[in-house]
Amino acid sequence: MAGRVLSYEKKDTWIHELSGVTKLIFFLAWSITSMISYDTRVLVVMLILSIAILRASKTEWRQVGTVFKFILLFLVINVIAIFFFSPYQGCEIYGSKTVIGHLFGNYYFTKEQLFYEANIILKYMTVVPSVFMFIVSTDPSEFAASLNRVGISYYVAYSIAIALRYIPDIQDDYVKIKNAEAARGIELSKKAGLLSRIKNTTPILFPLVFTSMNRIDVVSSAMELRGFGKNKKRTWYRGKSLRAADYAVIAFAVIFCTAALIITFRGGSRFYNPFR
Amino acid sequence: MKFKFGIKEVVAAGIGTALFVALTEIQIPLGFIPNTALQPRAALLAFLSAVFGPIVGCIVGLAGHALGDALFYGSVWWSWVFPDALFGIGVGLFASKFAITEGDFTGKNLIMFNVVQAVSNAIAWIVLAPVLDILIYAEPANKVFAQGFFAFLGNFIITLILGTLLGVGYSKIGAKTGSLKKED
Repeated sequence: MAGRVLSYEKKDTWIHELSGVTKLIFFLAWSITSMISYDTRVLVVMLILSIAILRASKTEWRQVGTVFKFILLFLVINVIAIFFFSPYQGCEIYGSKTVIGHLFGNYYFTKEQLFYEANIILKYMTVVPSVFMFIVSTDPSEFAASLNRVGISYYVAYSIAIALRYIPDIQDDYVKIKNAEAARGIELSKKAGLLSRIKNTTPILFPLVFTSMNRIDVVSSAMELRGFGKNKKRTWYRGKSLRAADYAVIAFAVIFCTAALIITFRGGSRFYNPFR
Repeated sequence: MKFKFGIKEVVAAGIGTALFVALTEIQIPLGFIPNTALQPRAALLAFLSAVFGPIVGCIVGLAGHALGDALFYGSVWWSWVFPDALFGIGVGLFASKFAITEGDFTGKNLIMFNVVQAVSNAIAWIVLAPVLDILIYAEPANKVFAQGFFAFLGNFIITLILGTLLGVGYSKIGAKTGSLKKED
């Protein structure tokens, strides 16, 4: 399991020292900016910065390698699909058409399309390092506590704490149930047909969901017995308050992203057009 | 309508999100449309929303999809996160009508659940997701509407089968309201 999914790992870097909330704000600002902007110059700067940040967090290939390969696969499929669904989307956006090659039928390669798709890859790639950084350097329990510190209702913070706490448990349950069912001859691989695969998920889904429903009852009773929700405030064991470094990072994120958006929209549209 | 957010809802949103994230692992690829698959987690979201209401549905859809994307795929496809939250809210708004926890999830309620999930799915995937894809990522319209349509179809079918079964199963386990009778 551990290799397949990203998870937190304790390390001694200034990024790990930051509050989880700071990293969340940074990640949100970063992903919103890269979502909106189609300005190649902005995206390239963001990509370089986010790779630098990922390196600063001392993230190693073994932590993220499997997931990264998966992203690449997903991305390649998406880019190819865009081309086949709409080979001239780029020409429409940039308002010109420079043919550089012929594939078949009505499918011609154009410079504009290549540039447009390169931008899509770039957009995607700018977000990936920030997600990696956020997940591998943020301690889940510290994160929930910090959420409450910055004013989010502790009910919601607690929901998130519970979610992060139980993901590994439920994944373990899932693997156990799956292996147990596989031992009984339930086929889940590609060998089975579509309908039988849907049918075959039920022996896994049902025990998993119903034990979780039980868990909800048990945990909420336990919390009720301990008086959860009685007071307006609660204290946290792992909480970190925001320090100077946190404010600096938040300020940087806000200023950088605002500037990036101003530069993006200065040309009148969010696309940077080298063909004009 | 179940707008309460008490202890049970806190825990349900938390464990529900964890469950949703864990179920990200089960994907049954449709094969012919890129990056679109039958997702049993959609059935789970419908089920949880129908039991615990719109707030839990919204949190599980939003946090579950964002976290699941981040943990499994290392990036968050926001234009598909919000439709899941909307779907959770949509189904959750009618939670008290389905009477799953009251042990009365049969006949009319069962049909009602599937009508509500079909409509919520349609709004979320045929309308919201492609529109966000175009606004945010400027992807070609025909591609995202094709993907959106198949996402709708996939989620509708999986919820129709697995979501309904989950509801019926859970409804049978729970105690029925009024099942206690006074002894003569």
